[in-house]
Amino acid sequence: MSEKELRVSKIRDGTVIDHLAAGQALNVLAILGIDGSGGEGVSIGMNIPSDRLARKDIVKVEGRELSQSEVDVLSVISPEATINIIRDYEVVDKKRVERPEEVTGVVSCPNRNCITNADEPVASRFEVLSDGLRCGYCGDIVREGEVAENLDVS
Amino acid sequence: MRQDHLISASQLSRDDVEAVLDRAADIDADPEAWRQRRAGSVLGLCFFEPSTRTRMSFDTAMKRLGGRTVDMGPVDSTSVKKGESLADTARVVEGYADAIVLRHPLEGAAKMASEFVDVPVINAGDGAGQHPTQTLLDLYTIRENAGLDDLTIGVMGDLKYGRTVHSLAEMLTNFESRQHFISPESLRLPRSVRYDLHASGAQVREHTELSEVLPQLDVLYVTRIQRERFPDENEYRKVAGQYQIGPEDLADAKDSLTVMHPLPRVDEIAPEVDETPHAKYFEQAHNAVPVRMALLDMLLEGGE
Repeated sequence: MSEKELRVSKIRDGTVIDHLAAGQALNVLAILGIDGSGGEGVSIGMNIPSDRLARKDIVKVEGRELSQSEVDVLSVISPEATINIIRDYEVVDKKRVERPEEVTGVVSCPNRNCITNADEPVASRFEVLSDGLRCGYCGDIVREGEVAENLDVS
Repeated sequence: MRQDHLISASQLSRDDVEAVLDRAADIDADPEAWRQRRAGSVLGLCFFEPSTRTRMSFDTAMKRLGGRTVDMGPVDSTSVKKGESLADTARVVEGYADAIVLRHPLEGAAKMASEFVDVPVINAGDGAGQHPTQTLLDLYTIRENAGLDDLTIGVMGDLKYGRTVHSLAEMLTNFESRQHFISPESLRLPRSVRYDLHASGAQVREHTELSEVLPQLDVLYVTRIQRERFPDENEYRKVAGQYQIGPEDLADAKDSLTVMHPLPRVDEIAPEVDETPHAKYFEQAHNAVPVRMALLDMLLEGGE
């Protein structure tokens, strides 16, 4: 068994989110609403050497298969991510994240004067651009590199 | 025009804009013919920020179409003061009115309100966002004085927070225009507007000095630089002073230059300019009535 495999062990059933941009693993769990309270086993590897990305993060969630729409939102912070669905230790489905047309409620608008930051019954909504996000209310633009710092997943 | 709401300039095509301006011209030519056009309709006026021109001109426009208005009044005397959300206020006013005119200090307010109601919502200014009905009357004034195609326009002043500027810049991308933006470095166009201008392939130049472009301009659109945008009084005075114009500053301009301003002005345009043939800002303010009549008529038509 190599050193890499020792760090993050295999799972029997669940989802492996691989090739995440280094440093994004915890943000990914936050976006997916996974905090361990649901009882699922969660393994995280951070800053693992990778041929494709130099350094990558990896997240393994046991007992839960993530849907395409759940993982698509990850594309806004980590467009290179790949998703492996595991059953009985075998990869049964492999998919890339696809950029959704919009994301709702995951990112907060950085414009403090935006109506979505006031005490109104409305969730943030962003149109997904080729290199960032655009607020569906005030029109403010969040560049790709600024998305992680504006996550609203606490 | 088939629109449910008017929230931002970007939702209007060239055909939409021209349809409103054409109807405004019809109204201007024979106002009497439109006197009973919207009899029985009620317009809700919800102004969460002070307004004189916009509020009064919408009020007048609706009444000249034979309709009535209900006005929320100043925020201090309303349920907003008690903590009611804008979403709730909009839903309540929807029961009283056939369309809602909304001004609000927060960006995106009109967009959000429009998602909670079925009657048309008209954005009459949302923070530093958009002010599309001002732009329609601006374009009406430009069309009357300089024409909308093959136009070279300079927009000067507070381009960062000036909502009239944002709507104007975006709506002009529908036409053959060359846009010059003149402002201090700290008040340049915001990123979102630059993004849209770039995406539309608009011809855009930015300057810090009016003299760099003045001789080319068909229209000079001046906006106010506000004191509160600067950390201290000295800085404000130094910057604002560079973007004020008097008759002597227009010596190199074309004879046909049209000078516009959304008003109110403070000291950006000296009163002496009023006496020159360039000054069109009061005509521009008067155009608010036929243009807003046309817009209200068309939006209410869509609801029938």
